[in-house]
Amino acid sequence: MSTTMTMAKAINAGLRAALENHPNSLLMGEDIGSLGGVYRVTEGLKADFGADRVMDTPLAESGIIGTAIGLALRGYLPVCEIQFDGFVFPGFNQITTQLAKMHSRSEGALSAPVVIRIPYGGGIGSIEHHSESPEALFAHTAGLRIITPSNPQDAYWMIQQAVACKDPVIVFEPKRRYWLKGDVDTTAPTSDPFSAHIVREGTDATIVAYGPLVPVALAAAAAAEEDGRSVEVVDLRSISPIDFDTVTESVRKTGRLIVTHEAPTFGGIGGEIAARVAERAFLSLEAPVLRVGGFHMPYPVAKVEEHYLPDIDRLLEALDRSFAY
Amino acid sequence: MDVGHLPASEFDSAGLEQSLMGAPDANPVPDMVQLLTIDGELLQDDTYGSYVQGLTPEELRGFYRDMFLVRRFDEEATALQRQGELVMWVPLTGQEGAQIGSGRALKPQDYVFPTYREHGVAYTRGLELAQLLRRFRGISHGGWDPREANFHLYTLVLAAQVPHAVGYAMGMARDRLVNPKLPEAATVAYFGDGASSEGDVHEGMVFAASYNAPVVFFCQNNHWAISVPTEVQSRIPLANRAQGYGFPGVRVDGNDVLAVHAVTRWALEHARSGGGPVLIEAFTYRMSAHTTADDPTKYRLSADEEAWLDRDPLLRMEKYLRNQGLADDAFFEELREEGRNMAVRLRENVQQMEAPGFEDAFADVYAEAHPLIREELDEHRRYEAGFAGADDANPATTDPAAREHTA
Repeated sequence: MSTTMTMAKAINAGLRAALENHPNSLLMGEDIGSLGGVYRVTEGLKADFGADRVMDTPLAESGIIGTAIGLALRGYLPVCEIQFDGFVFPGFNQITTQLAKMHSRSEGALSAPVVIRIPYGGGIGSIEHHSESPEALFAHTAGLRIITPSNPQDAYWMIQQAVACKDPVIVFEPKRRYWLKGDVDTTAPTSDPFSAHIVREGTDATIVAYGPLVPVALAAAAAAEEDGRSVEVVDLRSISPIDFDTVTESVRKTGRLIVTHEAPTFGGIGGEIAARVAERAFLSLEAPVLRVGGFHMPYPVAKVEEHYLPDIDRLLEALDRSFAY
Repeated sequence: MDVGHLPASEFDSAGLEQSLMGAPDANPVPDMVQLLTIDGELLQDDTYGSYVQGLTPEELRGFYRDMFLVRRFDEEATALQRQGELVMWVPLTGQEGAQIGSGRALKPQDYVFPTYREHGVAYTRGLELAQLLRRFRGISHGGWDPREANFHLYTLVLAAQVPHAVGYAMGMARDRLVNPKLPEAATVAYFGDGASSEGDVHEGMVFAASYNAPVVFFCQNNHWAISVPTEVQSRIPLANRAQGYGFPGVRVDGNDVLAVHAVTRWALEHARSGGGPVLIEAFTYRMSAHTTADDPTKYRLSADEEAWLDRDPLLRMEKYLRNQGLADDAFFEELREEGRNMAVRLRENVQQMEAPGFEDAFADVYAEAHPLIREELDEHRRYEAGFAGADDANPATTDPAAREHTA
């Protein structure tokens, strides 16, 4: 059955399904109960599942993640909401030194299947710490899985797949796409959440994007078509693990690759993809892999963020550079 | 030392004289619970006395026996480190009263979240002590299955285990709502006076209070966070902090195993029966180094250490047992023999512990298959396979000794 809904509504429906399908699952975070979260993603869930399943917690990120780990060790499936990307850092220690390592530290005896939802990325005209993209900081830590939906269909299923996963999963939710509408088939799950999807076929160049930039990449590909360039767009979907097979296969076909994300390019996911593609498909490349991302600066103030965020023009300019080789 | 006037760079050694009993003694808590005097005389206590009144002679001797064997274990582990068999050791000497007293108050269904020095608590949970050494031998980041003895793995990041204990306790309370037939249970979060400065202790206590979690926070105030004295951590007795969270805080003489036992039993009953969290501050002293890499002579006074020798938890319990006619020379000699045998077995056990294969490190990074792990394991295997048969051609490439020789 296919229904049109926004991404926020799709996550809400996905969380509802998770709460129904897993009696030991619970949601926890600041303001997620009566308010329904600052983005209303959990709206109505407390009313339907009760305050014990949808817990408004004290305002303390380390406490939220830390107690979630304890609940997970006891057999529960906690889904934590962190209000904004820039606020995850008080919980960074718990995520990287504890949550990520619980399974390996116990030599497989324990698992901590905690899900952490983090609205991330810019383009909402907000203030400091409300627009960051810290995914690479977490992807660097073994033991964590990181996924990011770019459309309502994925949003609905990926949150449920995250809850069902035995490993800790961070779901980076592209907050500026919360209101993006799309069809959701609630009867059939999408494929493996840790695989990439080719969302537009092309033959001349590949753009790899994820989360909030997938619509930008698709728009750039459409614009490039007017110039006679056939651009393939890969929605990465999973940042750890990365589906390098799909990416490499696409580059072998097109010979050119642009990777785009909002996070700073230095030390980012784009560099990892560029390096892997160079290792795997060097002879297929017609041009160096190019990256279009954020700059090496704190996320800028809202009034100038448009210059920081990759947009259609910056992607088209990168394509021009790629084709110039 | 006045905490309002901390020296800018390092601590004023003159101020350390005041740390003989720690800063809180300059601002004493009137109610530090004590049941045994330093001379081993039993004191009356209307609140906690009843928790030890029914102990049998065998149980009372058991307290001493546990403390003695754990100290013997600690000595042996320290020796093993000095001989290169362990990469590091974290001694507990001086804290046996706090650990055995509290550990023996636990029920099987309770769950312990230790820091990294709770060897005595581990012993009371029935954990094979040799398992504790696997981490310190450098062959495991864990060493045991926490579920077997309801004793969690050691945590090296200070206080990180405190919110885990709270969350686990919240889970225990939820479980009983679903299944009231489950036995009442609680968690105990162990941490030290140094860790009490960490934010996770604060956040853990906030969550515990908010959800009325059945958790006992057991702070072993051993007076030193490596080289930094308690007065730099807190200007009030640590137990008093509980009041700010809205639950009971009790300071107990941590070198009085019976008092610790009584207070912990009370606290666990309070938590298990729905009363909510309790903070216990066990006022004790780390008589040895922080770890085998530490050198306490650089930061504390020998007079300080000597004063605490008189408060030795073993000595005090021995006096009590002898005063009461519950143990004689034969008992103590028998125990020494048992300790020697245990040390021999431990040494043999440790020397037989072998490092895992490197490939094992890939095994449990994730609970479900992760392609990057597979890919890197394959790369590693290809690299290793590249040396196969190379020995004959060029020994220098594979044999470290030969490589050194030819260099």
